Amino acid sequence: MTTRAQILRVLPYALLLALALVPQVYPAAQVLLTLALAKSLAVLGVIVLLQAGQVSFGHALFFAIAAYAAAFLGNSMGGGEIVLSLVLGTVCSAAVALVVGVFIVRYRHIFFGMLNLALSMIFFSFLEKFYHVTGGSDGLSVARPRVLGMALERGPFELVLFYGTLGLVIGALVLTHRFLSSPVGQMMRAIKTNEVRLEYLGVSARNVLLAGYVLSAALCGLGGVLMSTAQGIVTPEYAWWVRSGEFVFIAILGGAGSVGGAVVGTLAYEAVKTYAAAFAADIWQMILGVVLLVVILFAPNGLIGLFRSWTRRIGSAPERTGDRAGDRVGAGE
Amino acid sequence: MNAQLVALAVFDGISYAALVFLVAVGLTLVFGVLRVLNVAHGSFYALGAYATASVGGAIFAAGYAPWLAFPLMLLAAVLIGVLVGGPIEKFLLGRIYELEDVLQILVTFAVFMILEDVQRLIWGGQPFFEATALNQLGTVTVFGITYTVYQLIFLPVVAIVVLIGLRLGLRRTLTGRLITAVTEDREAAVTIGIDVERIYLITFIIGASLAAFGGALASATTSVVPGMGADMIVLSFAVVATAGLGQIEGAAVTALLIGLGRSFAVYLWPELEVLIPYIIMFGVLLVRPSGLFGTVQARKI
Repeated sequence: MTTRAQILRVLPYALLLALALVPQVYPAAQVLLTLALAKSLAVLGVIVLLQAGQVSFGHALFFAIAAYAAAFLGNSMGGGEIVLSLVLGTVCSAAVALVVGVFIVRYRHIFFGMLNLALSMIFFSFLEKFYHVTGGSDGLSVARPRVLGMALERGPFELVLFYGTLGLVIGALVLTHRFLSSPVGQMMRAIKTNEVRLEYLGVSARNVLLAGYVLSAALCGLGGVLMSTAQGIVTPEYAWWVRSGEFVFIAILGGAGSVGGAVVGTLAYEAVKTYAAAFAADIWQMILGVVLLVVILFAPNGLIGLFRSWTRRIGSAPERTGDRAGDRVGAGE
Repeated sequence: MNAQLVALAVFDGISYAALVFLVAVGLTLVFGVLRVLNVAHGSFYALGAYATASVGGAIFAAGYAPWLAFPLMLLAAVLIGVLVGGPIEKFLLGRIYELEDVLQILVTFAVFMILEDVQRLIWGGQPFFEATALNQLGTVTVFGITYTVYQLIFLPVVAIVVLIGLRLGLRRTLTGRLITAVTEDREAAVTIGIDVERIYLITFIIGASLAAFGGALASATTSVVPGMGADMIVLSFAVVATAGLGQIEGAAVTALLIGLGRSFAVYLWPELEVLIPYIIMFGVLLVRPSGLFGTVQARKI
């Protein structure tokens, strides 16, 4: 007998297993999947902030900071070391988020979104204008780093990068899930429901949001380093507002209510984008727009929510355990 | 920087601010009433510009009188407001007022993406340029600087007329007073029998028309290219946020501030040009979290 709980328990593992088999079964998609998984880390960062009801239109800032930091480090060391790059990039993003976050967490809603946008655009212009440091709009090329001291050829390196990224994504999903279940994570959700009550409980809403902000920036940073390493180049486009908008788009598409939405959303988004760009190059933006509209109007919990309601319908014993379909983004005050 | 350059920068700033104001005031009006920050507002600006430039180009090539450029702008703005803005509010935004802010913004973002491709499908990727209106009004020499009458006098006058017209319209006409009532307190407005849905529709059409009018006026001074809507929406967001959400006069002052800041940056430090709006916004919001003219709202407990 298939019950909803069984399907829900098995499916994430089945999806991960399928992903892990891709290099053996369908090697052509391996690089594309590496990029998608790197992007899903940044989407996960946006989802963290969405728990508090805040949306950032400038999170590509942290994506770019980490990618550039890793590129500088790698180029100064003649290739560098992937582990070192990942650590340094993530730490840089988190450190910048800590400093600007002290100011930004004082704002909510549209002001929060716009200030993030402003910061990312300032950084974008800096990357474009200061040619001698950042390579301008051509960006910087990222040399292939060593992996734990070993210099790998292109093929093995890409394979290692794929599995490394997959491992980091799984780690990030578990970590973020635990953060959101922790007292601080619950308080983040309270910011969305009713911030004033939170303050009356003696909790500093700003400090709670700051913790979430730093975590989300670190996740974006991790994704940025992986993306630039996989692409071998980093350009100012990493910080552009369109990329920030893309992260938010994917978060809503996948389902902002749970961490798994980041991965499911990114995979679906990249698939649609690849096919739309190939078969309908003129209107791919229109297709994405229509998809976004349909998701918001008819499936506000995203793909994850659709899947949950589907399993609920076919499951023989409807259960409520672990059902978080109620905490959709739209469940405001 | 000599006196002539200062004057030139001031002129540039004023004519630019007039256009930005027209777009930003529509955005802030719509936000004040509907409480939705409309990303698709930039699309109305681009549609107004495209419609005016392409239709203008066609009718002037067919030999019609050049003064028709001015009524054409007004017509294009109203038509886009009613025919594009109207259905969007009625059939789409009307369904999402119950959703949370984030989702409302994303719905308008989706509309923006769709309209971007619609523009590309209708007008293609090549730039349009149609300066008949600009050439009609000739030039004027002030402080030894020759400048077009269109940019130096016509655009600011239009902006001021719109500002005064909006203020008087909201205070003196019945519809204006209803709009003000809905802005102040929607629930109370419903209780006394105001048809809120109709007010939403009217406000949205006015706002969309203002954006399209801004685009129509801008089409005479600059090439109409893909992506112009995106640039303008980001800029007018900055103006609206800096002024304080829903502030009409505030939007005028802030548009002037940002317009002047930008034109001075062009002469003094060109690298900073695109950054000026963000830097001003950042500076203002750090000191006044609700914007220059915004008021602190009471929070629900």
